[in-house]
Amino acid sequence: MKHLLPPEIESLWTLFTAPVVWAAHFVVCYAAVAIYCEKAAVWDVDFGNVRTALGIFTLLALAMIVLSAYLAWRQWGFGAGDPPHDGATDQDRKRFQGFATLLLSGLSFVAVVYVAIPLIFIAGCQQ
Amino acid sequence: MTGSSVSFVRFTPCRGACRGTSSWRGSALTAGTIILQSVILSSCSGVQSALDPAGPEASDVATLFHVMLIGGVVIWLGVVGALFHAGRRAREPYSERTAGLVILWCGAIIPVIVLAALLSYAVWLMPNMRPWSSGGEGGLRQIEVSGEQFWWRVRYLDPEGNVLFETANEVVMPVGERVLFVLKSPDVIHSFWIPSLGGKMDMIPGRTNRLALEASKPGTYRGVCAEFCGPSHALMAFSVEALERGEFEAWLSGRQNAASNPGSQGLALFLRHGCNACHAIDGTDARGTIGPNLSAFGARGTVGAGTLPNTEEHIARFIRHPSEIKPQARMPSFGMIPEGDAEEIAAYLKGLK
Repeated sequence: MKHLLPPEIESLWTLFTAPVVWAAHFVVCYAAVAIYCEKAAVWDVDFGNVRTALGIFTLLALAMIVLSAYLAWRQWGFGAGDPPHDGATDQDRKRFQGFATLLLSGLSFVAVVYVAIPLIFIAGCQQ
Repeated sequence: MTGSSVSFVRFTPCRGACRGTSSWRGSALTAGTIILQSVILSSCSGVQSALDPAGPEASDVATLFHVMLIGGVVIWLGVVGALFHAGRRAREPYSERTAGLVILWCGAIIPVIVLAALLSYAVWLMPNMRPWSSGGEGGLRQIEVSGEQFWWRVRYLDPEGNVLFETANEVVMPVGERVLFVLKSPDVIHSFWIPSLGGKMDMIPGRTNRLALEASKPGTYRGVCAEFCGPSHALMAFSVEALERGEFEAWLSGRQNAASNPGSQGLALFLRHGCNACHAIDGTDARGTIGPNLSAFGARGTVGAGTLPNTEEHIARFIRHPSEIKPQARMPSFGMIPEGDAEEIAAYLKGLK
C-alpha cells in the first residue's frame, strides 16, 4: 500500500482533513465576498471574477475532500468488514477510524456544496 | 390580522362505552376540523400581514413561506408515516441490508437533496426580495426614515437629497413606483418593517441602510419596529398609504403647503407652554426638532405612533400624560397644563390638515 504520509500519522491526518477543508472553504468564501463588497467601489474587479475564483476554489476543496475520502475508504478496507469495528484489535481500531473519516468526508462534501450554492444565485453585493 | 372568528364545534359527550376507535377517530376529526377552520377563518389578510402581499417583494416572501410550508408538511407527513409504519402491529424485523438502505436513503441522501433544493430555491429568490441598490437607485424617489425611541421621523427628499418637508409616523407613497427608503437611527437599533410590502431592514446608529420597496396596489398598510428598542417598542408603528400617482402628487404638493392656522388660540397655547421646544409645525414659530414634527397632524390616523386613534380626547390625554400611554416615552408629562388648555391645543392639532 502506497502512503502519501508516514502510515503512523496518515490516518490521523485524513481524519480531520475534510472538516478542515470545509472550515477553510467557509472562511475564504465569506471573507472574500465581504471584503470584495466593502472594496467594490475602490477595486476595479467584476463580481463575476470573484464568483469564478471561488467556484474554482470550491472544486479544489471538493477534490481534496474526495482524496481524503478515498484514503479513508482504503483504510476502512474498501468496506470489507461491517461496522461497528469495536474489537480490541489494531485492525478494528484502524477500520473504525477509517469508517469515521469516510463519514466525516461525506458530511464535509455536502457542507462545502451548500456553502457554494449562493455563488450560483447571488450575482452582486447588497448595499 | 383581521377577520378572525371563533368557531364553536359541538363535542358529542361520551356516555358509558367510550372504547373502540370510533370515538378516537371522532375527536381526531374534530381536532382536525378546529385547526382547519381556525387556519381558514382567521384569514391572513389585513394591513400588517406578510401573507397578504401588496408589493413584489412581499409577494416573493409569501411565496417563499408557502413553498417552505408545503416542503415542511411533506417532510412531516413522511416522518409521521414512518413512525406509524414502525409502530404497526404486525411488524417483522428488517434485514440488515434493507435497514442499511433505509438509513442511507431516508437518513442521508433524500434529506441532502431536499435541503439542497429548498436552500437553492430560497437563495434564488433572495435577489428579488432585496433588489440590489447598487446601480439604478439614482433616479428613485427617496424617503428618509429615522427610527427614534419610540416613533418614526419621516423626511421627504428631492432628487438632490434636500429635505422637502418632515413628518412623523406616516409614510405616503405612490403605487407602481419603487421608493428608496433611507434608514437611520440616532439612538438604538430599530428595524423598519412593512410586512405588506417587503422584508425588514435594520436601522443602525451611525449607519445608513437602504431599502427599495414598491406598492403594487393602493391601500393603507401598517409598518412596525421589528427590533426590540425599549419599553414602548411594541407601541412604535406607522401608517403606510399607497396612492395612485396623481393622488400622490396632489398629496405631496398639498402637504408642502399644509395649513398652520397661525392666528388660533391653540397655537398660542402650544407656544406658551413650550411645546415648540421639541415640536415643529411648519409655517409657525414652532421649530423644535427633538420630537415629531406635527404639521398636518390632524390628517394622521393615530396619536403616539400608532398607539391610539387620532381624536382630540386622545391628543389631550397624550399631552398631559404621555408615559401612561407610552411607557418611558421621551416626552415629559405635562400634567400641570390646565385641562382646558390641553383640550384647546388638542383641538388646534386635530384641525391641522
